[in-house]
Formats: sequence, C-alpha cells, structure tokens
Amino acid sequence: MASASQHRLRKRLLKTGHFIGLFLAMCVICIPGLWVVLNSFRPTVEIMAKPPVWIPNELNLDHYRAMFGGAGQGGIPVWTYFTNSLIISVTSTVIALLVGMAGGYAFARYKFKGKGMTFVMLMATRAVPGVALSLPVFIIFGRTGLIDTHLGMILVYVAMNVPFTIWLIDGFFRQVPKELAEAAEIDGCTRWQAFWKVEFPVARAGIASAGIFAFLTSWNEYALASQLTRSVSSKTMPVGLLDFTSQFTLNWGGMCALAVLMIIPALILTFLVQKHLIAGLTFGGVKG
Amino acid sequence: MAQVHLKNVKKSYGALDVVHSINLSIAEGEFVVLVGPSGCGKSTTLRMVAGLEDISGGEIVIGDRVVNDLPPRERNLAMVFQNYALYPHMTVRENLGFSLKIAKKSQAEINKAVDEAAEILALTPLLDRKPGALSGGQRQRVAMGRAIVRQPDVFLFDEPLSNLDAKLRTQMRVEIKKLHQKVGSTVIYVTHDQIEAMTLADRIVIMRDGHIVQVGTPLDVFENPVNTFVATFIGSPPMNLLSGVVKGDQLGLSDGTRIPLPPGMKLADGRRVQLGIRADNIMPEGHALPPTAHMAHVDMKVTLSEPLGTETVVYAQLAGTEVQAKMLNPRPVVPGEVLRFGIALDKCHLFDADTGLNLKA
Repeated sequence: MASASQHRLRKRLLKTGHFIGLFLAMCVICIPGLWVVLNSFRPTVEIMAKPPVWIPNELNLDHYRAMFGGAGQGGIPVWTYFTNSLIISVTSTVIALLVGMAGGYAFARYKFKGKGMTFVMLMATRAVPGVALSLPVFIIFGRTGLIDTHLGMILVYVAMNVPFTIWLIDGFFRQVPKELAEAAEIDGCTRWQAFWKVEFPVARAGIASAGIFAFLTSWNEYALASQLTRSVSSKTMPVGLLDFTSQFTLNWGGMCALAVLMIIPALILTFLVQKHLIAGLTFGGVKG
Repeated sequence: MAQVHLKNVKKSYGALDVVHSINLSIAEGEFVVLVGPSGCGKSTTLRMVAGLEDISGGEIVIGDRVVNDLPPRERNLAMVFQNYALYPHMTVRENLGFSLKIAKKSQAEINKAVDEAAEILALTPLLDRKPGALSGGQRQRVAMGRAIVRQPDVFLFDEPLSNLDAKLRTQMRVEIKKLHQKVGSTVIYVTHDQIEAMTLADRIVIMRDGHIVQVGTPLDVFENPVNTFVATFIGSPPMNLLSGVVKGDQLGLSDGTRIPLPPGMKLADGRRVQLGIRADNIMPEGHALPPTAHMAHVDMKVTLSEPLGTETVVYAQLAGTEVQAKMLNPRPVVPGEVLRFGIALDKCHLFDADTGLNLKA
C-alpha cells in the first residue's frame, strides 16, 4: 500500500514539474509578444518606467492614433507599408508555390539526369545566409534599377522561398502513391487532369503549409528589405518600424503599435489554415 | 468485351531486357492469370497492356485496335491495383463515379451506374464514406466497383488480393470469380500466388525471367508441366524432384535405391534425369493411394509431419533429398520412424537433369 501511494505521489510530482517546465518555456516565448501588445496601448512614461510597471495603470489608443495621424504628430504611412508588404508577400508566395509545385512534382515523380545534384544545389542555397548576399544583390539591383521597387523585393523573396517550397512539396508529392495518378489516367484522365483532380487535392494540405511558410518568410523579412527599399513606394512593414527611430530617441510605443498591426494578418492567416498546417506538417513528418 | 493479342511484345530498360518478345492471345470473356515469381515480368506485361509502360517492341491489340501508342484513357480498360489506389479525398460514391464524370456523363447516368455497381458489391451503405474509413476488404470492393462502373473492354488486376489477410483473400477470390461469371468481361489477372492462379483462371500463363514458360488450363499445367520450374511452381506442396541416372528400365538414385521408370519411358543408359513425384502420388502404404498397375515401393525415414486435418503432409528423406508425401488417413507419425511408401509411377514425370524439360513421350 505504502509503495502504491508513494508511486502516486511521485507521479503527481512529475506531472507538476512537467507543467512548471512547460509554463516557463511558454513564458519565454509569450512574454515578449505580450509586452509588445501591452506597450502599444500604454503611455510612453509607463513603458520607460524603472522599475518596470507590470500591471498597466492606463490603457489607451494614443500610439495608434499618432501612427495614423498626420506627419506632424509622428504619423507614418501605415497603409502604404501594409499594401507594399501585402503585394510583395502575396505575389512572391504565389510564384514560389507555382514554381515549388512544378519543381517538387518533377523531383518526386520523374527521373532525369543530374537530379540528385540539382536537388543538393537547391538545398545548398538555403545554407547561405540571406544577408551575405545583400551586397551583390544591391549592386546588381542598383545597375538594373530594381532598388526600391516591388518587383525587386518579389524577386528576392521568390529566390529565397523557391528552394524551400520545392523541398517541402517534393516531400508531400512523394507521399502520394504513384498509383493514384495511374488509376486516374486509366479512369480517363489526361496526365494534366490526373494531376489537378487527384494528386493536387491529395497533397493540398502540404502545399498550403508550404504557402504559409513562404508567406511568413516574406512578410517578416527585415534585413534584405531594409537595404533594398528606400522610399514609401516600396518599404515593407518591418522596414517601416525604423520610422520610429530618430537620432536621439526611440518611439517604443509607436513601434509596438505597428508591430501589432504586422502580427495581426499573419495571425489570422495562421488560424485560417491551422488545420491544414498541422495536417501538412505531420503528413510531411512521416517522410522517410 | 474484347480480345487481347500480344505480338512479340518486348520491354527493356536500357540494356536490361525485362520482357522478351512474348506472344499471347486472349479470347473474349476469358479469364487469364499471369503467374510467376517476383521479377518475372508479369506486372510489367500487365502495365504495358494498360498503357502505363511504353513497349519497347512488338504490338498490343485490344479488340481490333493496335493500342501501342494510345494513352491509358483511350484503351477502355479498368485496373485494380495492389494498393487499391482509391482517391482518398473523394467519397466512395465519387470514387465509383469518377471515370463517368471525367467522361462528362450526366449526373443521372452516373448515379444509376454507381448504384448498380454498389448493389453488386454490397457497397450501398458505404457510399458516403471516404476510403480512409473503410476496412481492407471494403476498399478492395470499392476498387473493383470502380472498375465495373466503367464497363470496360478488359479488366486488369495487379495482385489485388496480396494486401488482405488469408481469410479475406479466400472470400474475395470467390467474389472475383462470381463477378467474372456475372459480368463476363475479358480479365487479365496478375499474381504470384499459384493457388489464386489455379482457382481463378480459365487459362494460366506461367512466366519466368521475362519469358512465357507455359500456357494452359489449370489442370493442364498441373498435370503436364513442361519443365521442372512449372512442376515445382504449380501445386502445393511443390512436386518432389529426385535426381538419378537411368539404368536399363530403372532409375538409380545416389544412395543405390532403384525405382522403375514411369511406364512407356525408354531412355539411354547413363542419362541423368530427375523424377518428379507429386505428394498426392507418394503415400505411406494403407493411405488411400488409388490402386494402379504401376506401383513402386520405397522405404523412407520420416523427419517431420504436418497434420492439416483431413490429410497430413509427411516429410521424409530419400537419397539425401527431402520428399513430401501425403497421408490421407492421418495417424500420428514419430520422427525417425521408417515407413514403406507407395509411388504411383504412371502419374510421375521425368525431366532432363540439364535442361529441366519434361521428357514425356
């Protein structure tokens, strides 16, 4: 009996320890985010207070009001940045997905000369940090007049995302048995119909998750965007954050408010496709 | 329904020949089973008929059309795959109706055809489920239903039962045979299981290393195997082969045992041959071996016995070879026991030791 109760106690302790561990980990992940959201709603005095004020005394929308206000009141062109970000991210994601689907399908289904080498080369491009390429890209873009254009940013993000989408989508198509397309062809489909009516819908979850990753990468990218954009006509939201810095001061409240606006679309998107995302990730996870 | 003709059909991958110039004519409504060990080219042959593999040479005719260069969709076939290949994102109803939908048939027509097929295969209660929610046997039936709905000229089956457990396999085998009797279409069926081949086929095509070894009715290939490969491949347990040398009208085994040659066989002295005896034709004395004028007797030491209920398979040693014999009135046998076995010589075969060919006159 004694050993049974001891066993139960140990089990409970283990469980408690487990929860505490999880709680601490979640704190590390969530508190900065929470802090950003909180700071966007409270006065600068409180943000800068030492010791820090944990529980806010006053919440207001001043920073948001100022951000959307005129140039004199610390306003920035939020809508323009948002549109820039949206155009660049969506277009680059769509292109990266189309190329990724074509490439991933080819790698998964066809044999061709130099296949292994091509694949390794594609993956090797992922090993080069994006910023390392910023100078060459800057020079090339400078010569071709692509600096400070949507097209330039779209090109950069497509280049960044394509190896990743190909790799991911290749994995998903590998999971779809070859016989499905064959059965469809015998059932009367052309090769193309077999792809669109059978293989694509079956791999859809995976393709959706590849899309999300590509979108978030472009949406959040800062380093390259900060170098390759100059003016309101092409600056994305992460670069827009820099508008809140001046020579001697940092407008933390405004920065946090813009950050919150940046997070919202990404969050909504993630929630919308959450089911697909998890299905897609576990789907790909079984890949040998 | 249609005839299928393969004329000198070849398949090679680079320098590697997988199917060597095979010829086969399949009559309208015939159930033909391609059987052989893995890697014998039977699946490749089926896939060439389906149009899923290009052919490297020769001609395939379905009905009166040469289909060499036609894509699968224009050959009017249906195929049941080993892993069923059901569309996982569609319900059973959509799976069954998919080919008709692609053919742009009206919804009313599709529903009628799907309901009929579902009726035949007892799938009606499952029509709104997705394949993921079905058992193996149910998936198998959906795969067959998908084939029936098309009313194809030819049904192709690629090892359709190998993913099922033994009991279900027997059950589905019966259903496939019934289905063929009902629908009456031409069927080409690939399997590596000789029991499936024997039970289903009107005609069996035995393949090995990309060649057709023998074509015939199940009983024909069972009773008259052309060589040792067919003899040991068809029938269970496999035919026993005893190596020996011809001495007059007798066969001398390596341990000095002499067995008379089967009746009517005259062979040159010293020729090396193999005597083929099915387990049904070698039995311990008193175990219901049908009486015949041509009996031979040997004493063998039993090493093992496998009771199967109505019969027992007895393993025994003769001249260093393991021989399987049947006991039709089973009684317990102790390993090491020496029994006297009778051999029905008129049912035995002689094969050339070098070529393996049947020496039947």
